[in-house]
Amino acid sequence: MAKSSNKVDLYPYWDQSAPRPAGITEAQEKVAKAAILRPQLIGNAPGVKRSYNWITERVCGIIEAPTPLWWFIALAITATTTLLTIGGVLYLIATGVGVWGLNHPVGWAWDITNFVFWIGIGHAGTLISAILFLTRQKWRTSVNRSAEAMTLFAVCCAGIFPAVHVGRIWMVWFLAPLPNANGIWPNFRSPLLWDVFAVSTYFTVSVLFWYVGLIPDLATLRDRVKSRWAKWLYGTFALGWTGSNKHWSNYEMAYMILAGISTPLVLSVHSVVSFDFATSVVPGWHTTIFPPYFVAGAIFGGFAMVLTILMPARLIYGLEDLVTDRHIDLMCKIILLTGSIVGYAYLIELFIAWYGANPNERFAFWNRVTGPYWWAFWCMMSFNVIAPQLFWVDSWRRNWIVIYIVINIVNAGMWFERFVIIVTSVHRDYLPGAWGMFHPTVTDILTFVGTFGLFLTLFLLFVRFLPMIAIAEVKAIAPESDPHYHPPGGHDHHGDATKTSTHAKA
Amino acid sequence: MSTPDIAKIYGIGAEFKSVVELYEAAEKVRDRGFQFWDVYSPFPIHGMDQAQGLKRSWVSALSLIGGFTGFTTGLLLETITSVFVYPMIVNGKPFFSLPAFFPVMFELTILFTAFATVFGMLAINMLPKWYNPVFNWDRFSKVTDDSFFIVIETLDPRFDGPNTAAFLNSLGGTNITYISK
Repeated sequence: MAKSSNKVDLYPYWDQSAPRPAGITEAQEKVAKAAILRPQLIGNAPGVKRSYNWITERVCGIIEAPTPLWWFIALAITATTTLLTIGGVLYLIATGVGVWGLNHPVGWAWDITNFVFWIGIGHAGTLISAILFLTRQKWRTSVNRSAEAMTLFAVCCAGIFPAVHVGRIWMVWFLAPLPNANGIWPNFRSPLLWDVFAVSTYFTVSVLFWYVGLIPDLATLRDRVKSRWAKWLYGTFALGWTGSNKHWSNYEMAYMILAGISTPLVLSVHSVVSFDFATSVVPGWHTTIFPPYFVAGAIFGGFAMVLTILMPARLIYGLEDLVTDRHIDLMCKIILLTGSIVGYAYLIELFIAWYGANPNERFAFWNRVTGPYWWAFWCMMSFNVIAPQLFWVDSWRRNWIVIYIVINIVNAGMWFERFVIIVTSVHRDYLPGAWGMFHPTVTDILTFVGTFGLFLTLFLLFVRFLPMIAIAEVKAIAPESDPHYHPPGGHDHHGDATKTSTHAKA
Repeated sequence: MSTPDIAKIYGIGAEFKSVVELYEAAEKVRDRGFQFWDVYSPFPIHGMDQAQGLKRSWVSALSLIGGFTGFTTGLLLETITSVFVYPMIVNGKPFFSLPAFFPVMFELTILFTAFATVFGMLAINMLPKWYNPVFNWDRFSKVTDDSFFIVIETLDPRFDGPNTAAFLNSLGGTNITYISK
């Protein structure tokens, strides 16, 4: 029975209160028990106990502390960068869409690439808040607030491009379901119109979901802040929340339903975005794989962006005990999974292009791989498919330098993916006489760069004035929040202890 | 603790140290047959609805109504405009092209469900309600941090000032206080 090696059979320790089997030393038992325990979701170091009050203080402390100098510097930089988008858009409205590099045959290029890129980033936030909620992934509570905020800001950035690419911006109301001067209504059979409904619904529902989640935390701030103005503002938006259980009961039902409807919503939004392409007859766009492939890509790129902004925030604000290494690890795994799905989709697309035996389709893909935009294709392939495979290695999912490099490669890769899909498909379609190339103008480039400024400006304002971690939700997943919780080491009067003693006597 | 004028008080509040204590106390208050009382906590507690004797929330019924409304709105909007107001042949599709109408119907179903859910939840909870007598209790500001409370209202037929206070005390409640209106 005695074991010569240090390797201890972990099986009995699934039950942490199980008695120590014969032949196992106390030290071995301790190691085995620690190995089997899942890392805590609140508190990183073993044995660190974080009280409810600690969570409140840590999250609200960010807002209540005086504004740090770096924040002003960062805001100045990002706000200045935002001016590029504002300037680019004003220049476009004043002059016309010709300020972008669009031409015949490339009528959609950076504008729609940027739109799909940003809207895709938003999807990770909804995945965290909705799908991970329905699947009872407790770790979502530490990251969902900032990921949902990211969703809203990304959709704001996305919305700019389709709105201004229509050219005559004063005609943008044609997108709405209203009759024009001739009494003609919009074409409800068009995916472009579906997209208007999908994206505006997505934004509205995301705002509602985010705000519902914020109500209890705004009440926390209302009860803490000293300044009259801040108290009045937070109090107004907290709507008089008391934490009454009668309220929680309805609140939780509402939250679950919002999660339940956001799940098909998020899947539908990127499916509808992909219909913009898939329902056309352009080779390279006309494929049925687009909806699932776009959704997987959106979640993939979105998680990379969540980590891109959350990792520095965690470091700066010392949130390692709330957004633990385990959270980062799990997000890396999701990036690995969705990155592999995306890689599979790329390969299936190529295979079907060949196997389908349609010469135009075959040419479109061969042109992607070897044509004038070969470099974009190979960037896409290596950035999105190969780079995330590094996350198979355990220790690299804990090395923040590796993680940060990989996720930024993925961020760039996902932009290239949309560029490849959009531009390489239209620049050479059926008639060689109508072939052409796309060259971005300075306005194209600066307008896109400016959206990063807008995104980060909104995020900086968010971390300064709103709780960036869902305080109430994190408290609810603490072990002592279970109404049947027994502290470790405490006496358990109706548990295994009695059974063990009877067993020992027998 | 002297008993104040019952007309001027809203109820009696007691503070509890932990979720476990709060849960067990709530079960006992429920079993005593109190009607007008509530449990207050910084986060939702799993199983507290049963401990408090609450029935299933009505929010989901409102969501369903919202969903039906959205679905019908989408269907009518598309059908009336494409079939009756200005019928036009596009891509050789019939005037009433249901498969192509589906995405907008779906999105409006979701949109209306979300509105019905959020505003329905606020309506059932009677929020916003910026003045609430429980805020008159100075300790109550900790309810959004780390404290747990039970408040029994004077409206309750079983409310009996000092005896109710003693009852809450026997459940392990501390800082038992009369809350003014």
